[in-house]
Amino acid sequence: MNSAAAHFVSKKPFQPQAIEELSPEQERYHLASQWRLMWWKLKRHRLAMVSGVVLLLMYGSIAVTEVLAPYNLHTRNTDYIYAPPQSLHLFHEGRFVGPFVYGFDYHLDLRRLRHVYTPDTGDVQRLRFFCRSDPYHFWGLFESRVHLFCAARGGTVFLLGTDRLGRDVLSRILYGARISLTIGLVGISVSLILGVIIGGIAGYYGGVVDHLVQRAIEIIRSFPELPLWMALSAVLPVNWSPLLIFFGITVILALLDWTGLARSVRSKLLALREEDYCAAAQLMGARPRRIIGRHLLPGFLSHIIASASLSIPGMILGETALSFLGLGLRPPITSWGVLLNEAQEIEVVKLYPWLMLPVVPVILIILAFNFFGDGLRDAADPYKQ
Amino acid sequence: MLAYILRRIAYMVPTLLVISFIVFVIIQLPPGDYLESHIAELQSQGETVDEGKIAFLRKQYGLDKPFYLQYLHWVWGMLHGDFGYSFEHGLPVSEVVGDRMALTVLIAFATTLFTWLLAFPIGVYSATHQYSWGDYGLSLLGFIGLATPNFLLALVMLHLANVYFGTSIGGLMDPQYINAEWSVDKLLSVLEHLWIPVVIIGTAGTAGMIRRLRANLLDELQKQYVVTARAKGLAERKVVRKYPLRMALNFFIADIGSLLPTLISGAEITAVVLSLPTTGPLLLESLQSQDMFLAGSFLMFLAALTVAGVLVSDLLLAVLDPRIRLQGGTGK
Repeated sequence: MNSAAAHFVSKKPFQPQAIEELSPEQERYHLASQWRLMWWKLKRHRLAMVSGVVLLLMYGSIAVTEVLAPYNLHTRNTDYIYAPPQSLHLFHEGRFVGPFVYGFDYHLDLRRLRHVYTPDTGDVQRLRFFCRSDPYHFWGLFESRVHLFCAARGGTVFLLGTDRLGRDVLSRILYGARISLTIGLVGISVSLILGVIIGGIAGYYGGVVDHLVQRAIEIIRSFPELPLWMALSAVLPVNWSPLLIFFGITVILALLDWTGLARSVRSKLLALREEDYCAAAQLMGARPRRIIGRHLLPGFLSHIIASASLSIPGMILGETALSFLGLGLRPPITSWGVLLNEAQEIEVVKLYPWLMLPVVPVILIILAFNFFGDGLRDAADPYKQ
Repeated sequence: MLAYILRRIAYMVPTLLVISFIVFVIIQLPPGDYLESHIAELQSQGETVDEGKIAFLRKQYGLDKPFYLQYLHWVWGMLHGDFGYSFEHGLPVSEVVGDRMALTVLIAFATTLFTWLLAFPIGVYSATHQYSWGDYGLSLLGFIGLATPNFLLALVMLHLANVYFGTSIGGLMDPQYINAEWSVDKLLSVLEHLWIPVVIIGTAGTAGMIRRLRANLLDELQKQYVVTARAKGLAERKVVRKYPLRMALNFFIADIGSLLPTLISGAEITAVVLSLPTTGPLLLESLQSQDMFLAGSFLMFLAALTVAGVLVSDLLLAVLDPRIRLQGGTGK
C-alpha cells in the first residue's frame, strides 16, 4: 500500500447539502428571467452584437436625419448636376487645415455633352460644424437651420456626389433610410400580429378551424412571391397619395409573410394546450383569449419574434425591388429603392457610378439583420446552451 | 402509398380552384379594363377605333358579362386549353408565352445547374470545416451574394462584360441573330450572353442553399450514428458521404417544388434589367398594362406549377425517406 497518501480530514464543519447548494452565479442564472437569459446568450454572440450596434446606429440616425444631412431631401443645386463625390481631406500642401473639400472646376464638354468636374486644388473649402444652412421642419415640430456639418460659405459639400437634378446623394440616402428602415419594421409588425392571431386561433381550437386555416396558408404559399407582389402593387390605384401607397406596399409585403409565423405559433400552441397549467386555467374559467394571451403565448413569444426578425431583410429587399421596377413607392416619398430606380440605366454605371451608392446601406442593413436575427434566434432557443 | 398520392392529388383540386378565383379577383381589381384604356388611347391619338373588333373581343371574352360569369368563362376556357387573348400583343396567350418559353427554360436549367454545382461542394466544405477561416470566408461571400440586390449586380455585370469582353448590352444574343435561323454562330452568341444571367440569378440562390446545406449537415454530424461510424474506424470522408450527407440531401429534393415555377417566371427583375427575351418581363408588362388574360394566365400557371412542384417533391421525399412514407402522410 502507498503510505504517501496522507490521511486528511477537513476541519470545516460537515455540510451534507454542500453538493446541492448553488454558487451565487448559478443562483443568479437559475433565477434570471427569460429575457435576461436571452440577453446573456446574445452577448456571447460577437457578430450579432456588432450587427446590433450597427442596427441601433442606423435606426438612431433616422431620428435626427434632418440634422445629420448637410442638405434637404429636395434641395436642388442646379449649378452642380451629376457632380462626382468630393473627397474629404485633412491636409493642404502639408499643412493641417481640418476636414475640408476642394471646390470644383466645371466646364461642359460640348463634344460629348457631358458635365466635367475636376477638383480645384487651389480652392480649399473648410467644412463648418453645427452650422446654419438649409432650413427644415424637424419632424414637423419646429423650424431650424442647424446641421451637423455643412459646406463652407458659398461652397459645396457633396461627399457622395449629386444626381440629375443636382440633389446631394448623401442627404437623400439619409432621408431614404427613414422609409426603407421603417417599411421592414411596420411590415413585420403587421405580419406578426396576423400570424399570432390566426396561428393562435388555429392552434388553440384545432379541428375544423385549424383545418381551414391550414388550407388557407397552403393556398397563400402556393403563390410565387414576387409575381404576386408585382400583381398586387400594380393594382394600387394611381391616384393614391404616396403615403397611402407606402402603407399599401407594407400591407402587401406583410400579407404574404405571416403564413410562416402562423404555422410555428400553431404548432407550438397545439403542443402547449395539452399542458396541465392550461387545463387548470380552463377549469378556473379563463376565456380562450386570456389563456392564449396570458398563459401560452409568453412561453414562446421570444422565439417567434426572433424568427420574425429574420424576415425583415426580405421585406426591405422586396420594397427595394418593387420600387426599382417602378411598382413600389413613388416620389416624393424617397426610399433606397426609389433612389436606385434612378440608377436603372447602363449609362449610370458607366458615367455616374455614385448614383448606385444607395445599395451600400441596403447591403449593410440586410447583413446586419441576418446576423442579428441569427444570434437572437439562437439566444431565444431554450434548448441551446 | 397509393392512398397518399391520391389524397394529395384530391387536395390539389380545391386549392387550384380557390387560387384561380383569387387570381381573377386580383387581375379584375384595377378599375376599367384593357379595352377601355385602349380605346381612350387610340382616340386621343386621333385614330379610328374598329368598333366591330372591340365588340367581338368583348363578346368573345365575356367582358360585358357580370363578374362571376366572366370568371366561369375564364376557368372553363383554361380547362380546354384556351388561356384567353392578349390584347396588348393581339395574339392568343399561349402563343405569346410559347415564343419565350424555350429560352426561359434554358436559363432556368442552366441557373439550377450552376447553383447546385457551386452550392454543393461549398456547403459540404463549410459544414465539415466549421468555424475555419474557409468557412467564415465562404459564408461571408454567400451572405453578400444574398444581400446584394440582383438588379444592381445585373447592371454592373452587364457593364463589365461590355467593357472587358465586348458583349453586346442586353438580350440573350447579338442583335443580328435575333430573327435569324439557328446556327452554330447563333448558339455561340447565346452562350456568350447566357453566363451573365446565370451567374446573377445563381448567386442569390447559391447563398441560401449553402446556408441550408451547412445547417442540415451540421445537425446530422452531431448525431450519434456518426459517432458510431467514426468509432467503427470508418474514414472521415466515407463517414460524411455514407450517412449524414444523404440525410442532408432531402432539402435539395424539397427544392424541386420551388424550381418548377421559376422555370416559367424566370427571375423577373434580373430579366427586366438585362432585357432578356424570357417570360419575366412579359409578366411585368402585362401587369402594368392591364392585359388581364395574359397576366391572369401567367399567375395561374405559376401557382399551378408551385402546387404541382410541391406535390412532386413530397412524393419524391416519400419515396426516398422511409420515415415520411411510413408515417402515412402526416409529415406535412
